[in-house]
Amino acid sequence: MPSSVLWAVDLFGRVFTLSTAGQHWEPCRDAQLEFKRVSAARDCCWGIACDHQVYVLVGASDVPIRCQEEAYENQRWNPVGGFCEVLLPSDRWPCSDVSGLQHRPLDGVALPSPHWEWESDWYVDENFGGEPTEKGGWTYAIDFPATYTRDKKWNSCVRRRRWIRYRRYKSQDTWAKIPSEDDPQQLPDPFSDLSVGGWEVTDEPVGRLSVWAVTLQGKVWYRENVSHHNPEGSSWSLVDTPGEAVQISCGPHDLLWVTLWEGQALVREGINRNNPKGSSWSTVEPPTSENGILHVSTGVCVVWAVTKDRKVWFRRGVNSHNPCGTSWIEMFGEMMMVNVGLNDQVWGIGCVDRALYFRQGVTQSELSGKTWKAIVAGREGDRSLSGSSISLLSAGCFFGNEVRGGAESCGPGDTDASWEVPGPASSPARLRGKESKKGPSHATATFPEATDLSSLTLLQLGLEEPESTDCHALWAWVSGGGCAVEAHTTLKWFTTQSGLSPSTQTLLLPITPAQTAAWRRQIFQQLTERTKRELENFQHYEQAVEQSVWVKTGALQWWCDWKPHKWVDVHVALEQLTGNDAAQDSILFIYYVVHEEKKYIHVFLNEVTALVPVFNEAKHSFALYTPERTRQRWPVRLAATTEQDMSDWLTLLNLSCCESRRLHGRPSPQAIWSVTCKGDIFVSEPGPDLEAPERRLPCDQMFWRQIGGHLRVVEASSRGVVWGIGYDHTAWVYTGGYGGGCFQGLANSTSNVFTQWDVKCVHIYENQRWNPVTGYTSRGLPTDRYMWSDATGLQECTKASTKPPSLQWTWVSDWFVDFSVPGGTDPEGWQYASDFPASYHKYKTMKDFVRRRCWARASAGCTWAPTSPLPPSPSAPATRCGPWRGTAPPSTAAPCPPPGPTATAGTTSRLLPNRG
Amino acid sequence: MTDDKDVLRDVWFGRIPTCFTLYQDEITEREAEPYYLLLPRVSYLTLVTDKVKKHFQKVMRQEDISEIWFEYEGTPLKWHYPIGLLFDLLASSSALPWNITVHFKSFPEKDLLHCPSKDVIEAHFMSCVKEADALKHKSQVINEMQKKDHKQLWMGLQNDRFDQFWAINRKLMEYPAEENGFRYIPFRIYQTTTERPFIQKLFRPVSTDGQLHTLGDLLKEVCPSAVAPEGNRPGLTC
Repeated sequence: MPSSVLWAVDLFGRVFTLSTAGQHWEPCRDAQLEFKRVSAARDCCWGIACDHQVYVLVGASDVPIRCQEEAYENQRWNPVGGFCEVLLPSDRWPCSDVSGLQHRPLDGVALPSPHWEWESDWYVDENFGGEPTEKGGWTYAIDFPATYTRDKKWNSCVRRRRWIRYRRYKSQDTWAKIPSEDDPQQLPDPFSDLSVGGWEVTDEPVGRLSVWAVTLQGKVWYRENVSHHNPEGSSWSLVDTPGEAVQISCGPHDLLWVTLWEGQALVREGINRNNPKGSSWSTVEPPTSENGILHVSTGVCVVWAVTKDRKVWFRRGVNSHNPCGTSWIEMFGEMMMVNVGLNDQVWGIGCVDRALYFRQGVTQSELSGKTWKAIVAGREGDRSLSGSSISLLSAGCFFGNEVRGGAESCGPGDTDASWEVPGPASSPARLRGKESKKGPSHATATFPEATDLSSLTLLQLGLEEPESTDCHALWAWVSGGGCAVEAHTTLKWFTTQSGLSPSTQTLLLPITPAQTAAWRRQIFQQLTERTKRELENFQHYEQAVEQSVWVKTGALQWWCDWKPHKWVDVHVALEQLTGNDAAQDSILFIYYVVHEEKKYIHVFLNEVTALVPVFNEAKHSFALYTPERTRQRWPVRLAATTEQDMSDWLTLLNLSCCESRRLHGRPSPQAIWSVTCKGDIFVSEPGPDLEAPERRLPCDQMFWRQIGGHLRVVEASSRGVVWGIGYDHTAWVYTGGYGGGCFQGLANSTSNVFTQWDVKCVHIYENQRWNPVTGYTSRGLPTDRYMWSDATGLQECTKASTKPPSLQWTWVSDWFVDFSVPGGTDPEGWQYASDFPASYHKYKTMKDFVRRRCWARASAGCTWAPTSPLPPSPSAPATRCGPWRGTAPPSTAAPCPPPGPTATAGTTSRLLPNRG
Repeated sequence: MTDDKDVLRDVWFGRIPTCFTLYQDEITEREAEPYYLLLPRVSYLTLVTDKVKKHFQKVMRQEDISEIWFEYEGTPLKWHYPIGLLFDLLASSSALPWNITVHFKSFPEKDLLHCPSKDVIEAHFMSCVKEADALKHKSQVINEMQKKDHKQLWMGLQNDRFDQFWAINRKLMEYPAEENGFRYIPFRIYQTTTERPFIQKLFRPVSTDGQLHTLGDLLKEVCPSAVAPEGNRPGLTC
């Protein structure tokens, strides 16, 4: 039996194949595109790339795919010129198809797509009915719709001959794009899932395929006329569904199942050779009502499904006569997805480890198989493809909320040991935009060689154990539609050369996240019940331990309220009073000495609206806002001598503010999220009367607490889903933790807080003025702006004096000229203008006396935040996640928006004055 | 569970409503009223009963007072067991409030340790913490702490200040990310039915084949009778 291949997509969108005879994953030969999904048949593989377009890859074969095009040249006899192209008005076209109904000029016959090429030019078919004809292949008849003969007779008034030309499918072994059927009047509806099958429908012509696809808006499309000779098919036709579809699976025979957003499955009935699209839908309910179906996969007479709680189910009693089956059986294991291939063999992707599993023991008599066995085949070119990049993953991070491998590498770092910076080659999706603009030299310059000790150790870990990266390959999608595993086939997929014992790789699912969550819920519920039981009737009892005043004191510096403003040494005391009802209130006293007289100011922490760390100076300072102080634009600014000291105070004050407002734990789903122009993230809990018009609370009177992390944009939904985009265009999702950033200890939920990194460019301008002697120099007029300045020209910003955005950030590149400024630049990056506060253009004219150019330098910061990165390139969940629905697909080569401070927020937005 | 502040708070703020009554044979000048108090589960009896002591001493003569001790249904209460453990072990099936009898005479020398001052409780508490850290981290964490950290831990417990306590205790509950858990799980299993005061064994959080152990696994291994359907309810402290 010839070998066949299993197709799979890893988390980074790279497509791999694994031969039934091999033991290594091989990268797809056409690796230009990153894919979200693939669906394979024997000779071809269809896929959805990360641009949400459909592609087909036809495997190379010795016999080319050829198609004959033909056209008929028609002539009529007339007494003057004999046979000529002058026809009667009622006649057919001089050049037509065989029926004569369609005009078909030879030079008008176009290739159906760019993936075809002509084999030769047009030539006359000199055979007619198997016999050679005379003189140019003409055949004669009395009139056009008549019988043609080889011989010219006395009554032959018309003649015709056949031109033929062959076209050949040339895009073998590469991904050929299939155009979508978008109505230009409407928003594009990108594809989200597709499935290939139907090659075994009874009595159908060999080579026919059914290709089905689902779009983000939940529509189901069928690709017409897909066959071996027409691998791309001809057009999409819409198939109505009773609900919004999310995922589709078409078996080799006549099974077609679709999952709906609501969690049910649709089953297509009436599929046969005359009607491959089927005729009607029937609905199958999910196994349990609370967990709908997430994913289905169909074979010849099996259906496997994954529900929203990641449990795997087998549908009993499915066959051609009863495509709906009879009942669900729960299977062992938790999977992201399962895929049924040839011979009803099954593959799955583990929910926790994202490893690929093969269902062993699937036979015709036992279709549900016996066990899940992990495929541990190594990946060809793992080292060359990713180098050390998977080191982080191999260092013990696993997917789930905790994945940090979104950028596959965190190699190059900087001098601060606690920072991690995504490397240059690591994230093609994110950096492509930049690279194409600034050239590759920028990319390498941006990220100097690793100097960071901690990331070096990680790097070495990865290098020393290259095999371990194999085991940690994270998969997003698998398709076995082209993979023929017979019951007796022995596969070499389950051992690696490193000698890992296969037994350790069989699926152990000891404690799953779902179980942990259920336990936690149960424990918390039991604790709550116990508290209720033991305390409900005894609230009036005295507490054994009296709550008391707790004071923290310390020495800080304070930016004094009066002129001349300066930092003065102060003593600070925070008094926490806990009342009998366990409510806590706190007062912050600031004691200062003026003219040898001791004075103090105090702040009730329940009046504080925001606590903001201020990093843009040499001091470790923070600002404390109350509604009154925001109105005066004069926050209380305090500075500590060490960063630790500042962070201790900030944490304690934040905690006290939250306690006095009775805020615990994570922000509620209704919380309002915002980012400052510095990228800090703040969240506010709306009161119940937020929208009551008579009691509307201005945002400067709401309490904003900081959540760790650094983002450019944050967007929240009312269901508590929060996404953000960093300055380096990485997408982040909020994990439900709290704290992070500068908050340590108890202000944190340690479980959901991870490192978040961000890269941001700092821009300064070099300004020059023209003079008749030396041309443009850095010698300006006395009234001119600084020769090195910020964009406004008001602040002097030299290369040496400009610092990263905050103390937690460091430079990760040298200064480079930014050519991507609006308006364009000349080849050296200059923009010209007649005078400084004027509009700049990219070429020099006679009237231009000044010029400027923009210098940028990348800085990277790393902070602890309750966010986790989304994989940079496509992965299965991205297409299921709500936020992308109905919007244009995120392109991999998204244009890099001009950097600069912007702030947006979920439900409202607000800028917090960071500098006070 | 150390990363779950909600659970930690609920554990910390667990309270047992208790009714203290003076032993009938104690000699009083007036009738002694019972005294009602919410006892923190995670504290020690002698640490939180100053008020009880004062209350009953008011009605007694000085010469009738010697070291205070407590008893529940004839069993002297060991002050060095956490209050929650004592309650769950001895009285969890009885109705609330928990009725504790207060004695000032005939100290049961063979059943109880003397508790002359709070320093003794502190010493006992710290030795428990150190023993647990020896199992968890080969004592590395507790030894690296400063004296003031130890003090803050103790003061947090004594003053019932959750934040103060957990700011230090958090460090004791951490383990390196590359490991799956502590070296050994510190635990003791207390049972009323046996003569042994408690069961304590070395138990790793992860099995040899890499699976995380559960509490069920632990009980199955060290105390199989507890997981049997009709078994006795063990009290657990960690």
